[in-house]
Amino acid sequence: MSGARILTGCLIDCRMVVHMHELAITESILNIVQRHAEQAQAKRVLSIHLVIGELSSIVDDCVQFYFDYLSQNTIAAGAKLLFERPKVELACEACGHTWQPVDADWTCPRCGEARARVVKGREFYVESIEVE
Amino acid sequence: MSPDQVPVVERILGANEDLAARNRQVLDAHRVHGINIMASPGGGKTTLIIRTAQALQGHRSVAVIEGDIASSVDADKVRAAGVPAIQINTGGNCHLDAVQVQQALGQLSLEGVDLLFIENVGNLICPVAFDLGEHTRVALASVPEGDDKPLKYPGIYSAVDALVITKMDLLPWVPFNLSEFRRLARGLNPDIRLFEVSCVTGTGLDEWVRWLMELTARK
Repeated sequence: MSGARILTGCLIDCRMVVHMHELAITESILNIVQRHAEQAQAKRVLSIHLVIGELSSIVDDCVQFYFDYLSQNTIAAGAKLLFERPKVELACEACGHTWQPVDADWTCPRCGEARARVVKGREFYVESIEVE
Repeated sequence: MSPDQVPVVERILGANEDLAARNRQVLDAHRVHGINIMASPGGGKTTLIIRTAQALQGHRSVAVIEGDIASSVDADKVRAAGVPAIQINTGGNCHLDAVQVQQALGQLSLEGVDLLFIENVGNLICPVAFDLGEHTRVALASVPEGDDKPLKYPGIYSAVDALVITKMDLLPWVPFNLSEFRRLARGLNPDIRLFEVSCVTGTGLDEWVRWLMELTARK
């Protein structure tokens, strides 16, 4: 049931492109996970903790869908992907104020300058895996 | 057996980024400056590349890697304009990656080349995540696409070195608030270089070409 829901969500979100970049990203995640699980002499990967900042355009359901498919018959088959999606945090170059923008208007709410630096929101890594 | 937490902390696209770094070394060894050109389909990438190569004739030597899902239409156009070009077909992928660029570099003679344009697949989302080994990232935004694109695609606007607004000759005919667009783009990326170009009238090409010559002179 949930598989069908994920597939539908994926098609709606990503049908503008033919092969989504989520596929390439999922392949990379699986490679990393397999390597670390084997090093840890694990029998099975239960879950994978991913940190992917809000600025990275990733559809979580898409990645899980591809992962379920690609990980069949691997040590990571059936693993649950846990997404931590840090929100964008900006720092104003002019006054030093830090804030979380509500949309893509990155004008500083304190001083009105449009000179923002991204402090958080670009994260893109595998944090840890849970194995047994 | 109770579950164990294994720390990983590894970049998801680390393998691509390592290969991109090797591509950059290959370009550096040949003193070639690589520019990754990204835009929507129909944003004017190929036309800008051709006009730029023509304007650079006698000043800088240009080569092009064309990335498309299918066909060699773009590479054919570029070659017809007298510029060496290699076509990559991504076979459905929505972006170029460092592997494809490595393969293309193997087919391209870099001797005497100063500037390598890598025209990415038309897409404002996926290409941003994949380092190809370029030195400079450029996004194009064409006037008919509308002035709200920075609001919808902050990822690309905040990740490029320069932004070329193309099809400026259409400005009188379509609703496009140039100052608002500039404000949004600069808000997302304070250091962004902005160019306003029409490849039909030639307006703004000089400034863009001068900037490219400065980039290659700095090498």
